[in-house]
Amino acid sequence: MKTEKIKTDLLIIGGGAAGCYAALTAAKKGELQILICEKANIKRSGCLAAGVNALNAYITEGRTPQDYVDYAKKDADGIVRDDLLYTISERFNEVTAHLEKLGLVILKDENGKYVTRGNRNIKINGENIKPILADAVKQAKNVKVLNRVNIIDFSVHNNRIDGAYGIGIENDTFYAIEAKAVIIATGGASGLYRPNNPGFSRHKMWYPPFNTGAGFAMGILHGAEMTTFEMRFIALRCKDTIAPTGTLAQGVQAKQVNSLGEVYETKYGLTTSERVYGTVTENLEGRGPCFLRTEGISDAQEESLLKAYLNMAPSQTLRWIENSTPAHENVEIESTEPYIVGGHTASGYWVDTKRATTIEGLYAAGDVAGGCPQKYVTGALAEGEIAADAAVEFIAGEGSTSELPENEVVDHFDEVSKFLQPKKGLYTTEQLEEAMQTVMDNYAGGIRTNYRFNETGLDVAEKKIHKLQELTDHLAANDLQEVMYIYELRERLVVCLSVIAHLRARKETRWHSFAENLDYPEKDNVNWKKYVNSKLENGVIKTFTRELTAEGQKTYEHLH
Amino acid sequence: MSIYIDEEKCIGCGRCHEVCPGTLIKIDENKKAYIKYPKDCWGCTSCLKECPKNAIRFYLGADIGGKGSLVHTEKSDGLVHWIVERPDGSTTTIDINPKESNKY
Repeated sequence: MKTEKIKTDLLIIGGGAAGCYAALTAAKKGELQILICEKANIKRSGCLAAGVNALNAYITEGRTPQDYVDYAKKDADGIVRDDLLYTISERFNEVTAHLEKLGLVILKDENGKYVTRGNRNIKINGENIKPILADAVKQAKNVKVLNRVNIIDFSVHNNRIDGAYGIGIENDTFYAIEAKAVIIATGGASGLYRPNNPGFSRHKMWYPPFNTGAGFAMGILHGAEMTTFEMRFIALRCKDTIAPTGTLAQGVQAKQVNSLGEVYETKYGLTTSERVYGTVTENLEGRGPCFLRTEGISDAQEESLLKAYLNMAPSQTLRWIENSTPAHENVEIESTEPYIVGGHTASGYWVDTKRATTIEGLYAAGDVAGGCPQKYVTGALAEGEIAADAAVEFIAGEGSTSELPENEVVDHFDEVSKFLQPKKGLYTTEQLEEAMQTVMDNYAGGIRTNYRFNETGLDVAEKKIHKLQELTDHLAANDLQEVMYIYELRERLVVCLSVIAHLRARKETRWHSFAENLDYPEKDNVNWKKYVNSKLENGVIKTFTRELTAEGQKTYEHLH
Repeated sequence: MSIYIDEEKCIGCGRCHEVCPGTLIKIDENKKAYIKYPKDCWGCTSCLKECPKNAIRFYLGADIGGKGSLVHTEKSDGLVHWIVERPDGSTTTIDINPKESNKY
């Protein structure tokens, strides 16, 4: 393994939607050296690899950014940051126009206006949205992209980030990177819980299986304040293929029906968590399986559906062709395992309106940034833009990069080398990953318990996760890709501990299924209209609460 | 969820290896692409859209109800043709115009 030392002005960790857009924004601001480290290849990495069906966050005619804030706030039953939501909402339309300029196909009417789908969505062909963003990044002359480089740790001194360490998973290289500022854009965390289909198709999941919570874990370990990890996201999806249901619900107005043919969605409510909870409850009470009622749609509607799914989730179209098509058979639905994802729910770094984290010089954008749910693609881009603007401003006040301490470079190199030993411990990374998922499934509200948990179970989960952390010390790998798998497992275990701590801290049930606390099955607006935040102190994740931002009046700004 | 790579058709150009978001596809010593970690495939189909020889097909695992059909894409006249081949040899083709937006 060779070592490469790099100096840059702005390091962007993760080249998904938010990271690419941050790079494009910063590149426009002069002569900064910008480096993206991406563990895959930016052409098809992150959430948008397969494409996306629609832009779901857009301010349509007659609506205002505040309407979007209100919608997201209602969906999360109040536990959002108004200030953060507002700052993305006012940028949705500008980033959309930019996407169209870059080449995204957006449906327009005869007057040249975007055609809307519902109140907040516009219709596109998003199959190639990621290659479009990646091409723009490649054309920006001061942006360097290191594909297949996985960042394993931040370098932080006196709560100020000064770089990061990484491994080139296909070039046998250890990287020590000095940077004046860092944007973390690694996405959220999948794979914490046992998935719907744990066998051959274990990675056929809603969220990218390659988003392992690295950004969360690195921040947690360096003492960054985090928020709302108890608001897990559970998706309601087409059975088995885990393909989106929104296209059926919004596109052909398919209703959720139980096995008796009754429309049940109205019984439980229409927020994201209520739709999941309703389906779980219908199944529990013997009225499953549940479906989206598509029988009887027209041939033209069916053809459009088959095409729409090819542009974002081709497995569902294949499913229909192999079996029966939606006009002839209702589409069975199921809920997924829980994920931690700041783009849909509010888990992530505690940031200010500039997306500054509590670590000086570190900014967060996209699914790692907390407090700001329902971001979707345009919100992730908007946060990339906000974080980049702030990071560029921060860098302007900085001198040279500070050299990473040699002993710490050696320590990180040695840690990677230790895993590269040929010695084989008893357990493999895969076995420990499955063990972690089983623990979370059984004791921390996974599919097995219909997402329900209690404090006793959480205590058991915590102990078992700690034990698994110890076992990871003895893992071995044949190459740096397998070393990456070890780091990913270790990151997930850290995120699991944070989820457990947060689930335990919120002593109420505000969101059914997302955080169904059997010790406190009711909502408690007197005591829990608050954020639950956390911070690692002396090796323990400590939780505490913060007051909600009042609408448009109060913001949280960090003073470094 | 996984992919099947037709060795006869593969020319070892490495484009599938380049785009795979999971770094799951490798090129062997005979310059043929293969999927090293089939259980880790997300089913995004980036690789098959990238393949210049239509050598990559994807299928649904039996555990999620797959019935043995294989899908691949071909491109001509500005269209992307998605071709599903069933085990009995019958096929279904759906043409996508990348310049057209989704209706839903």
